[in-house]
Amino acid sequence: MRLHLSPEDQAFRGEMRTFFTTEVPQPIRDAVAAHRELTKDQFVEAQRVLNAAGLAVPHWPVEWGGKDWTPLQRHIWREEMQLASVPEPLAFNTSMIGPVLAAFGSQEQKERFLPATANLDIWWCQGFSEPDAGSDLASLRTTAVRDGDDWVVNGQKTWTTLGQHADWIFCLVRTDPTAEKRQRGISLLLFPMDTPGVTLRPIELLDGGFEVNEVFFEDVRVPSENLVGEENHGWDYAKFLLGNERVGIARIGSTKRMLIDAKEHARTITVDGAPLADNPYLRARIAEIENELLALELTALRVVANSAGGRPHPASSVLKLRGSELQQAATELLVDIAGPLSVASFPDGDTDVPEWAQVATPSYLNYRKVSIYGGSNEVQRTIIAGSILGL
Amino acid sequence: MDFRYDDEQNGLREAVSGLLARAYADSEQRRKVVATDPGFDEQTWGRLAEMGLLGLPFAESDGGMGAGPVEVSIVAEEIGRVLAPEPFVAAVVLAGGLVADLGTDAQRAEVLGALAEGSLIPTFAHTEIGSRWQASARTVTATEDGGSWTLTGVKEPVPHGARADLLVVSALVGGATRLFLVPGDAAGLTRSGYRNHDGTRSAKVTFAGTPAQPLGEGAGDQTAAIEKALARARVAYGHEALGAMETALTTTAEYLKTRKQFGVTLNEFQALTFRAADMYVSLELARSTVMWATLVVDADGDVVSAADRVRLQTSRASRHIGKEAIQLHGGIGVTAEYKVGHYTSRLTAIDHLLGDGDWALARLAATVNDHETVDPTA
Repeated sequence: MRLHLSPEDQAFRGEMRTFFTTEVPQPIRDAVAAHRELTKDQFVEAQRVLNAAGLAVPHWPVEWGGKDWTPLQRHIWREEMQLASVPEPLAFNTSMIGPVLAAFGSQEQKERFLPATANLDIWWCQGFSEPDAGSDLASLRTTAVRDGDDWVVNGQKTWTTLGQHADWIFCLVRTDPTAEKRQRGISLLLFPMDTPGVTLRPIELLDGGFEVNEVFFEDVRVPSENLVGEENHGWDYAKFLLGNERVGIARIGSTKRMLIDAKEHARTITVDGAPLADNPYLRARIAEIENELLALELTALRVVANSAGGRPHPASSVLKLRGSELQQAATELLVDIAGPLSVASFPDGDTDVPEWAQVATPSYLNYRKVSIYGGSNEVQRTIIAGSILGL
Repeated sequence: MDFRYDDEQNGLREAVSGLLARAYADSEQRRKVVATDPGFDEQTWGRLAEMGLLGLPFAESDGGMGAGPVEVSIVAEEIGRVLAPEPFVAAVVLAGGLVADLGTDAQRAEVLGALAEGSLIPTFAHTEIGSRWQASARTVTATEDGGSWTLTGVKEPVPHGARADLLVVSALVGGATRLFLVPGDAAGLTRSGYRNHDGTRSAKVTFAGTPAQPLGEGAGDQTAAIEKALARARVAYGHEALGAMETALTTTAEYLKTRKQFGVTLNEFQALTFRAADMYVSLELARSTVMWATLVVDADGDVVSAADRVRLQTSRASRHIGKEAIQLHGGIGVTAEYKVGHYTSRLTAIDHLLGDGDWALARLAATVNDHETVDPTA
């Protein structure tokens, strides 16, 4: 048991902090901090800066650009990145399909895709959810039928995040509709988004943004070498991938950043001649969220220390559940600090409402998503009740 | 940063939990023990002493074991797990801690050695009606006359105040708060003991010109030292609460798996299993905070604010878990025959001994704008 970081980890944290706050272009970090939508070019530029320094895919195998870091170092890397408002390397590339290909892909697939995936030369999107397959992913209905050397894909995906920027999709398809267990008849296919028969329809979200899409497939021909691993084993790869998705999903550094901003903004607002920051109720509310966030960060550190080389620590299921709640609490806090200004979301041109107050409510509405994606919080409670409490 | 216990610490936990499991194998044993004064088992107290647990945090030169806060936390957790009524935190961590921090060489040798071997039980007589959780004394006064001191006033409720062999008493000297030692059999001392809702004991202690010996040397105000000792006790109570919360949760989960209603076991109802899952979340978040605070004590960091964070987190968690444990059990949870309600009672007592959640939140809120962010490794 020891409180302080080792001198090595402390030095590592300093290195990360310096890199993230000096090497990643300020306008990109400003956009993240302001909760502005990033352009595709901004995502790509940021990831390439990281990749050039070997910081885009540290959790990958070393031969494909990974670093042999301890779990604690990975944790520090992620938290410092979020605290510095650096856009994280695209999750679909670095946390999802990259690790799957490194673990289950053919040598040809690894060579063809991994370097380009790390550098965001290829932008991947995720073809998992369907209109009737959300939390119950295994009920997916998009089919792929073998025809000569090709698979022919028909069906529909939804909630495809940033699909409008994507070059390729990794897509779960049903290849054996007769399989006794529905999980057993699913395969994982890769194909370019400009393949004939693929169409994309953006979905407007509550915040006015276009973050997610529906994707339709009509007789899309996919060459057989684009199957990942074995036919009908796609569910195993999907589970592996979703396990990775939950890593870092607590987004503690990002919530910390929002609390720092909330305190700053509260100083700029005057109520009855005194700064809002002095209001005892608001201070208590911030202090309580801050304490909850500390508890979460400490839980993450505890889990990280105990997960080395083994099964994940049971308390890791707490991270997604509480992490999403605290992200939401922070966005709600910002809306309340903005107060009457929080309704002025989309002024065009002449306005005196500061930008943070303009984006506060759209962000709050957008962040309702965090307790839904990555395994909804109800799914997390089911996991805790079932696998931990044995209920 | 490292949250793992070493082999020796795991061994200590096993030994303590073995001893306490024998003493309190079922909740009936505890009920019997707390039914009569002094509200705990003198024999179990003696066994804790034999194992060296009552001298854990004190220097070997004072008759202690020279162990650290991590070892203390392990004992407190195991005490909480079986709801052992022995006043480990109150006597060893808090009252003993004050003597260890402030006592003269002679006082430390006399008090701590006897405490460690189980022959002397001290308590901190500090709370007064109307004082809530302040670190300074309120109305009890100390007067010097020709080099001897006497105390006047009332302390209440004083933990195991009727049983204690030695009282460490806070009193006003002018505007300053200083500590004094008063033996349990001192002249001019009246003690009226009674039972608390959780089975432990408190007393009204009246000082009427009671002779007292100043703790330590000098004439300076000792409030800051009291604040620090209280903080360490808050952290130790946090561990006791953790042990109790864990048992409350596992007992509840076990009950959901066995109790049948509507022809099925209760764990078939998602409305109940989801609530149990939330209890687990509260427990693990509190555990992280409490373990961290013990490391802050170990590193001699900002113990006072770490303890406030513990109070806030464990107050919220212990109320949540304590209330849900009863609700998920149903009517049996409110009975004295069944154990789970006693856990809620004890958790409620711990929550109010040295400052509750709102009290801690008010203190944290007062300083929330003094820092940008909280760095747990600082």
